[in-house]
Amino acid sequence: MTQISTNIVDHLAEQKEYTTLNLGPTHPATHGIFQNILKMDGEIIVDAESTVGYIHRAFEKLAERRPYYQITPITDRLNYCSSPINNMGWHMTVEKLIGAKIPKKVDYMRVIVMELARIADHIVCNAVIGVDTGALTGFVYLFQQREFIYEIYEEICGARLTTNIGRIGGFDKDFSPKTWDKIKKFLKEFPLALAEFQSLLERNRIFMNRVIGCGPISAERALNYGFTGPNLRAAGVDYDVRVMTPYSSYEDFDFIIPVGTHGDTYDRFMVRHEEMCQSLRIIQQAMDKMPEGPCHADVPDFYLPEKQDVYNKMEALIYHFKIVMGETDVPVGEVYHSVEGANGELGYYLISDGGRTPFRLHFRRPCFIYYQAYPEMIKGSMLSDAILTMSSMNVIAGELDA
Amino acid sequence: MGMTEAQQETIINAINTHFNHAVIKHEVLYDMFTVTLRKDAVIPAIQWLYDNEEMKFRFLTTMCALHYPDQKDELGMMYQLHSLENNLRIRIKTFFPKDLPVMPTLTGLYSAANWMERQEYDFFGVEFKGHPNLKRILNVDDMVMHPMRKEFPLEDQTRKDKNDTMFGR
Amino acid sequence: MSILEKPNYTLANKPDGVEGTGYFVTSLDKAVGLARKNSLWPLPFATSCCGIEFMATMGAHYDLARFGSERLSFSPRQADLLMVMGTIAKKMGPVLKQIYEQMAEPKWVLCMGACASTGGIFDTYSVLQGIDRIIPVDVYIPGCPPRPEQVIEGILHIQELAHNESLRRRDSPEYKAMLNEFGIE
Repeated sequence: MTQISTNIVDHLAEQKEYTTLNLGPTHPATHGIFQNILKMDGEIIVDAESTVGYIHRAFEKLAERRPYYQITPITDRLNYCSSPINNMGWHMTVEKLIGAKIPKKVDYMRVIVMELARIADHIVCNAVIGVDTGALTGFVYLFQQREFIYEIYEEICGARLTTNIGRIGGFDKDFSPKTWDKIKKFLKEFPLALAEFQSLLERNRIFMNRVIGCGPISAERALNYGFTGPNLRAAGVDYDVRVMTPYSSYEDFDFIIPVGTHGDTYDRFMVRHEEMCQSLRIIQQAMDKMPEGPCHADVPDFYLPEKQDVYNKMEALIYHFKIVMGETDVPVGEVYHSVEGANGELGYYLISDGGRTPFRLHFRRPCFIYYQAYPEMIKGSMLSDAILTMSSMNVIAGELDA
Repeated sequence: MGMTEAQQETIINAINTHFNHAVIKHEVLYDMFTVTLRKDAVIPAIQWLYDNEEMKFRFLTTMCALHYPDQKDELGMMYQLHSLENNLRIRIKTFFPKDLPVMPTLTGLYSAANWMERQEYDFFGVEFKGHPNLKRILNVDDMVMHPMRKEFPLEDQTRKDKNDTMFGR
Repeated sequence: MSILEKPNYTLANKPDGVEGTGYFVTSLDKAVGLARKNSLWPLPFATSCCGIEFMATMGAHYDLARFGSERLSFSPRQADLLMVMGTIAKKMGPVLKQIYEQMAEPKWVLCMGACASTGGIFDTYSVLQGIDRIIPVDVYIPGCPPRPEQVIEGILHIQELAHNESLRRRDSPEYKAMLNEFGIE
């Protein structure tokens, strides 16, 4: 081997020409519409620039023109892999604003729905990590289970994806016996499928070689970039809104917050995997401890009365009319409420001026905030690792662009 | 999440002494301690909260711009900080006139502020001095308006098929 | 087609023709239509929520492979069917049009969901109010998002179109005039 003097190496480095590669906005490997303009040195990424906004839908402006109960469908479309969490977060924000007292039973029902949604979201993310490493089988197994979660949603609210579950104040109706049966069935069958998925990937040497050390981020940088959710926990920070500021009676349940150490793709994968197991535990506890009581709070200004009463009682008719026409008055105030969404702290900053619509509604969208770290995370890695890093970050275009 | 009164006092006194009585208003809004500051003191105050060894407000939860058309200082910014170690949250607000929508940037302290500031520039036209790459992020580059300001319409203006006579809009 | 009358969806029916020992004669149109119908290669242009429902349609439960459309073509050059799923923002519009132009004839467009068809609930400054403002659409699927069954029905409708299309349609002046209306040469 000939010795090359450092001068020549430096000289070559100056002369080096980089390739510019345009990844996206509709590249099949990006799982959503993000554009990344990569500066490549052969197969190595030297620099990257992200462009977002390809499905900007103006949620915040739209929310300023809608009565409170009509904002729920907008929140569905934020992180559409786990829309129930977004719905519940919004309902809880409004309940905090109006000071509603929520029965324990509603809290527990919400916990069940939210944890199901978390599982559904993590299934998408982890299955897609599998697909990107070439393991399509896991995707097929887990998506079959995801259909069962959809079936449970359908029993509760009638919709599959954009669920619109619940109302401000609680649920429109109690869970039917069939729903309970389906949840029980899911709790029995899903752990088996999850174990099968785990055995396919967790100790698979090809998979491990592919994802360990891929797209790492340190805890310090992650915090500086405003990471939350599984991505932050994979970097080793045990911040979880469910524990830090418990909402919806999360303090009643016993569960573990899994944390990683390196913040690489493998850690993110494993954290999500463990969270699914913990979610199952939470659902089981909520079912065991389910209290008796009404399935909604006593907030006639926001919660639609029974149809029977609307036909027969004057008061109910008035409330019904006021809610449907969006003429309910709310207190003046500013409230911030956050829930642990499937990919981080999902916050709602609501300013009410007492009118029928919010004066300003700002969503703290976890994806939007942590996706800006993407160029830093992929610098110096291979192109195929960049794809994996993106899928393991669980970036959802609808939430990112709002 | 709620901050004790002693802690609130400490913060107000510290900001007032260090930054020449910059606190305009302070209140507790639904368990969130909110201070309204003069514009020039916002970034130094956030830096002070970051450096403070006791409080350790080292996580930027979110920021957003505000627009109150009826106010003298129409536009505003809201920053929300979180101390993960002590689990305390604080909201910092500031207001400035619409014809001079300039704010110093926070990107030096928090990398997360980069896109958040670009978003607020896009939505409200708040210009962040010192931002490394201040351009539109969500909307198309050639858009002229800042759509989240209250005077701009929400609806797409090119639609011809809407008949509003029945809806009284 | 009304909802009540059930279309006869049988796969790969033998077309009309003359048959004898060892031979079968039919017109080229019908043979090509049969082949095209059962081997549509979709290009999934998934932008948001509807894309997740499409993933469910591709999954084991609904299994689009039963209809000969399991081979997704991510390259527009090899695709027959452009499936637009999800909101198309104004920023995305030119990209979509470019992809449509890159596809080789014959090509069909399936528009899935309310957002892509009309803008849906997003009547806002940033959303394109229906993709038929920039490209021609063959089949619309309503719903927000549509159920996988609806997606399958939409694909079956596309199959009917592909099956019955004349081989000369894409060369006709009417077709060219229609494309010109959208500013596509």
